[in-house]
Amino acid sequence: MEQLQNAIAESKSHPSTRTTRPIVTGASVLAIKYKDGVMVMSDTLASYGSMARYKSVQRICKVNETTLIGASGEYSDFQYLKDLVEELTDEEFDEDDGASMSPKEIHSYLSRVMYNRRSKIDPLYNFVCVAGFKEGKSYLGALDYFGSTFEEDVFTSGYGMYIALPLIRKDWSADMDEKSAVALLEKCMTVLFYRDCRTINKYNIAKVTASGVEISKPYSLKTEWSYKRFQNPHIIE
Amino acid sequence: FGYQCHSPLAQAAMFRNDYDTDVTTFSPAGRIHQVEYAIAAVKQGSACVALKSDDFAVLAAVSRKESELGSHQEKLFKVDDHLGIGISGLIADGRVLCKYLRTECLNHKFVFEGKMQTGRLVKNLSDKSQKYTQTSEKRPYGVGLLVIGYDKTGTHVFETLPSGNFFEYIAQAMGKRSQSSRTYLEKYFKEFKDMELGNLIEHALKSLKGASEETLTKNNCSVAYVGKGTKFTLLTGESLAPYMSLVDEEKKEAKKNED
Repeated sequence: MEQLQNAIAESKSHPSTRTTRPIVTGASVLAIKYKDGVMVMSDTLASYGSMARYKSVQRICKVNETTLIGASGEYSDFQYLKDLVEELTDEEFDEDDGASMSPKEIHSYLSRVMYNRRSKIDPLYNFVCVAGFKEGKSYLGALDYFGSTFEEDVFTSGYGMYIALPLIRKDWSADMDEKSAVALLEKCMTVLFYRDCRTINKYNIAKVTASGVEISKPYSLKTEWSYKRFQNPHIIE
Repeated sequence: FGYQCHSPLAQAAMFRNDYDTDVTTFSPAGRIHQVEYAIAAVKQGSACVALKSDDFAVLAAVSRKESELGSHQEKLFKVDDHLGIGISGLIADGRVLCKYLRTECLNHKFVFEGKMQTGRLVKNLSDKSQKYTQTSEKRPYGVGLLVIGYDKTGTHVFETLPSGNFFEYIAQAMGKRSQSSRTYLEKYFKEFKDMELGNLIEHALKSLKGASEETLTKNNCSVAYVGKGTKFTLLTGESLAPYMSLVDEEKKEAKKNED
């Protein structure tokens, strides 16, 4: 009883510091397994509500030689996840015993973190993909802010789930070569740029294969704006 | 000084020491006698050997019986599917450490869904052991472990001591009369790298022969192994019987040739 009364008294003096809603957010992240490994793509925007505030943000990052993670949702929570994972990789560097974490182990670790935060009603507001390639096998796992986790052949988050996923399901195959995988993701990102207001035409594309992790420099895709209806939306024909 | 070392062990094994009252005292020669006494406790335990090839690691131990009426002492323990230990010294301390190792492996499995690296587990255990060499309220653990494991970097054999030191080996033996085992292993270790499991077990048992007071039978020793595609497996009694005949075969041959 006394503990409860203390808790009530304390809560009145300290403001709530748990996440209630995301403030600075990233939009979709798309990822697909293909012949040589896994490919991940996202745009480089962190929105401040409806404002396109931070336009050169990298939402995909390398974890170690076999894994990378990408996230949509609250950007500061993604930075926190990056810090946690970096702690693990630093420890591993110090161990220096020739073993390194597999993508599955990183995925499992982050699952525990996300689920624990959800259980405290203080979630890390992200939808994360963990993409990796180790010992000849591709790995693609998903994590959300409820602590749900699963492995799949494709991953989409945010508006990508509604717009890109159907497009991917139509054209995806497990033995896609690199060119087709890039073309598929770029097609989806173009449609997302047309339809999702919280995007910009500047992307990172990354792949993880037997030769390690590669994240591209930002680049833009061709978009078509010369439709009559774009130029003169009031015309009814 | 009026202090006398009453323990027959200390009297038998070494000279009277003045700086051995507690573990937080160095001797003028720079030694911590209490830690050395703890290591002596390991040397008094019944023997344990471990050896490995590139694909398998094997443990073997002499399981003494306290009396005719009792059961043989369990010496080999599974810690996880890919990891196990053999203990020498204060068996009760060994059980406690075994529980600790099992808990560490389980916690790791829960968070990472993967096997814990043998070396990292041994390091954690050694750090824990070291703590008790630097505190006045507790004593060091009086048990040495031979840890065998198979993980991302292949097979491993580690030895841990009460001092908090640990070493990795191709083969090692600890406990009473283990020097004869070590001599045997030094003779044959170069062949272990690509050896088949059956032959490794044979070598383990043969190296154990010199360290046992009685003739080795399927009941007074135990064997365990782990490796590529093979979970930690314990062989005692009936499951060990087929390997005992291999060890005895040689004896029979030798007798035959003598006659």
